[in-house]
Amino acid sequence: MEKQPLAQLTKISSQVRRDILRMVHAVQSGHPGASLGCTEFFVALYFNQMKHDSNFNMNGSNEDLFFLSNGHISPVWYSVLARSGYFSADELKTFRKLNSRLQGHPATEENLPGIRIASGSLGQGLSAAIGAAQVKKINQDDRLVYVLMGDGEQQEGQVWEACMYAAHHKVDNLIATIDFNRQQIDGPTKDVMDLKDLKVKWEAFGWEVIETLKGNDMEAVLEGLEKAKSLTGKGKPVLNLLHTEMGYGVDFMVGTHKWHGIAPSDEQLENALGQLEETLGDY
Amino acid sequence: MDKTLDLKYTYTEKKDTRSGFGDGLLEAGRRNPNVVGLCADLIGSLKMGAFQKEFPERFFQVGIAEANMIGLAAGMTIGGKIPFTGTFANFSTGRVYDQIRQSVAYSDKNVKICASHAGLTLGEDGATHQILEDVGMMKMLPHMTVINPCDYNQTKAATMAIAEFEGPVYLRFGRPSWPIFTPADQKFEIGKAWHMIEGTDVTIFATGHLVWEAVVAEAMLREEGISAEVINIHTIKPLDEAAILASVKKTGCAVSAEEHQLNGGLGDSIAQTLIRNNPAPLEYVGVNDSFGESGTPTELMEKYGLNAENIVKAAKKAIARK
Repeated sequence: MEKQPLAQLTKISSQVRRDILRMVHAVQSGHPGASLGCTEFFVALYFNQMKHDSNFNMNGSNEDLFFLSNGHISPVWYSVLARSGYFSADELKTFRKLNSRLQGHPATEENLPGIRIASGSLGQGLSAAIGAAQVKKINQDDRLVYVLMGDGEQQEGQVWEACMYAAHHKVDNLIATIDFNRQQIDGPTKDVMDLKDLKVKWEAFGWEVIETLKGNDMEAVLEGLEKAKSLTGKGKPVLNLLHTEMGYGVDFMVGTHKWHGIAPSDEQLENALGQLEETLGDY
Repeated sequence: MDKTLDLKYTYTEKKDTRSGFGDGLLEAGRRNPNVVGLCADLIGSLKMGAFQKEFPERFFQVGIAEANMIGLAAGMTIGGKIPFTGTFANFSTGRVYDQIRQSVAYSDKNVKICASHAGLTLGEDGATHQILEDVGMMKMLPHMTVINPCDYNQTKAATMAIAEFEGPVYLRFGRPSWPIFTPADQKFEIGKAWHMIEGTDVTIFATGHLVWEAVVAEAMLREEGISAEVINIHTIKPLDEAAILASVKKTGCAVSAEEHQLNGGLGDSIAQTLIRNNPAPLEYVGVNDSFGESGTPTELMEKYGLNAENIVKAAKKAIARK
């Protein structure tokens, strides 16, 4: 896929948000909050940053790879995969329904193109991404591996096992991103289990850490990803602390954990879609 | 006792099955450049040192972080590698069940989970390390193949065979020095039971270290005029149901023998097979709903009834129930 310019990326983001809301509304289940919050990040990766082939191959040799560790934000990933050609956008209407390839959480069992490992039980994606990155080195494949985690997910112990490992083994072809929206199911992270200073923690483990302060501003997201890329290949894994707002793009959903895992009603959907331009055609 | 019995299989040397794994891994690594090794700070215990030395660029020290090790291995299959993870059986299964379930089994990744120090025969370390539930946990997972070879040679052959097999595998072996009674040049066929001794009165289905005890038990039974058939079930899943049913059709009853809990072990799988096809008396030799404890392997096998004498008793009981 050709690199899409900024204006086009913004348009795609609007359509992706419509897809997310319509998917979740149709089955009255799923996770719209962080899907909306990470829309710019996904669109930037798949339509501008990554070299990837929508003619899907599990091994992904000579491609950049993406892993989603916080699998519950599958709606944004499915939309972006469909809109970038991995499968028909029409298939989005099967999300979370019986016999669908679009499982509630991403899976390989149904052979959905674009998915390389199941996720949903949190804390596991970074390990898999590191493994894939190390294999790229062995195979002398100079493409990068990306992984996205949630901030609440940082409470899982396995994340820190993997964090320690990647620095020790100098896995510097890896860009991990944390969706830093400061919300989790039961409330703000500072109330549920305070993450304290993630930047200091990851740096102390030996990572190069950058912050993208405006994670819902496409220009800032691109800038952050470019910067992260420029820091690869220097002996350290790279972390991108992406400040986002859960529910971004819909005025009544933004900035609260309440839309983590609930679907909009008919009226709420109509209201939300009124705030988002249909740019690529609804599925 | 072994010396005076007329055994159908004998041995001149004893060795630990984990060394069979280490030597098999080295050989698999030589044959296939995609084989990679990962270990969670137990290289010596797992006998992975030779592989590490010969293929340092294909070996990954993970430290004491088993969950990460399973995830790394799953990720390494993407790009075509065949990862072999190594740690104790306890830390290879119970500690990382969810990681195996989601990242390996559900994702159908070509990871070989290689687990040493399984069962009571780990000995003095005691029950924290003596896992007796691992086979049950692993066999419940869809896509997972479960293998428990019986001696050094079979473990080496199994290790090389799983490198050639596509799909997640749990390979279970142990710490104690154990008779080498199977041939060095054996062909290991995953999922294919091995008829070691023909008999007519009772079938002994054994796996892992208990296969040797079954060989001894057969000779003891023969001295008493009882003809026992011994079948080596090295692959617990997929289970060779045809071989099991054919044997029990002939003998009319059976004994299962394993270094594992009765709940969820080989005996359970055999019972399911029999009950659905040909209900017949089945007696179990295994650990009955208890944890282990510290002791020498021989003392523990005796205390928990995992030896030839108990297989003989179980065989007689099964025959009496016919």
